[in-house]
Amino acid sequence: MAVCPECEAEIDIKEPIKGEIVQCPDCGVELEVTNTNPVELAPAPEEEEDWGE
Amino acid sequence: MKIGVLVSRIRVEEKLLFEEMDRRGIDYDLIDDRQVIFDLHKRPLNGYDVILERCINHSRALYALKVLGDWGIKCVNRYEVADNCGNKLLTTVALIRDNIPCPRTKLAFTQESAIEAIESMGYPVVLKPAVGSWGRLLSKVNDREAAEALLEHKEVLGSYHHSIFYIQEYINKPQRDIRSFVVGDETICAIYRYAEHWITNTARGGRAENCPVTPEINDLSVRAAKAVGGGIVAVDLLESDRGLLVNEVNYTMEFRNSIAPTGVNIPARVVDYLIQEAER
Repeated sequence: MAVCPECEAEIDIKEPIKGEIVQCPDCGVELEVTNTNPVELAPAPEEEEDWGE
Repeated sequence: MKIGVLVSRIRVEEKLLFEEMDRRGIDYDLIDDRQVIFDLHKRPLNGYDVILERCINHSRALYALKVLGDWGIKCVNRYEVADNCGNKLLTTVALIRDNIPCPRTKLAFTQESAIEAIESMGYPVVLKPAVGSWGRLLSKVNDREAAEALLEHKEVLGSYHHSIFYIQEYINKPQRDIRSFVVGDETICAIYRYAEHWITNTARGGRAENCPVTPEINDLSVRAAKAVGGGIVAVDLLESDRGLLVNEVNYTMEFRNSIAPTGVNIPARVVDYLIQEAER
């Protein structure tokens, strides 16, 4: 169980991958999985001008 | 066989690709573009049969592919493809060179010449940043007052590359466009992207439905892919009164919303292509 750094909600992520982006179900903020054992979350990087596909 | 995957963040697409490679027992490494250091005098990334580029930043993808490609490492896609697709001006030039129908486009470097170009084309027109994605900063310009204000804002508020004015004919499309997915020599599937807004990107909430791949869609899509250098690309097509037009070509395609409506296992087709490239 990980904790949202924004709202402290507990988030259950199945099979987390480092670098994966998840959304906090409580506050909606985008989070990045920075560690998988134990699962740690940090705010995801903000969108930049040259982001895209 | 070993595959490297150059990533910025792990989105749904990357997870689907990893699942597909896991299912086939393929050995792969993630190369995080935030941590990688390229010593240009050495070749530290050894042992990969092919590297799949899945960066979210165009500039990082472009420069990484340049270095990797020059080291002789096979990359999907290649640097030239990223360069041609990441810059709309280069895409358009490549399409025109290969006689592929696309919206009329003009390029101008000053506010005055841009106004002249816009007025010779007739309102409305679309102004796009040459580098940009997900429908960001696209402007439909309906009249001269809007054009003057927009061009001034771009020049004053934007960095210099926003003063490279890429001006495109507005295509009055039927509240949808077509996105086709090309892998190698084949259009593997396509979707219609519906939206009330004139910008139909699914990244902006457009709704996806299956679009049967007609011979015309296949032909145009594959030709567009070849024009930018081939590989795995997503082609945006517009339905116009003079037939289908190729609007853009994307080189790090997003496909999460296109698997269910098309019924095509896109990540599996991507991995098939990676294996084929690795063994080539």
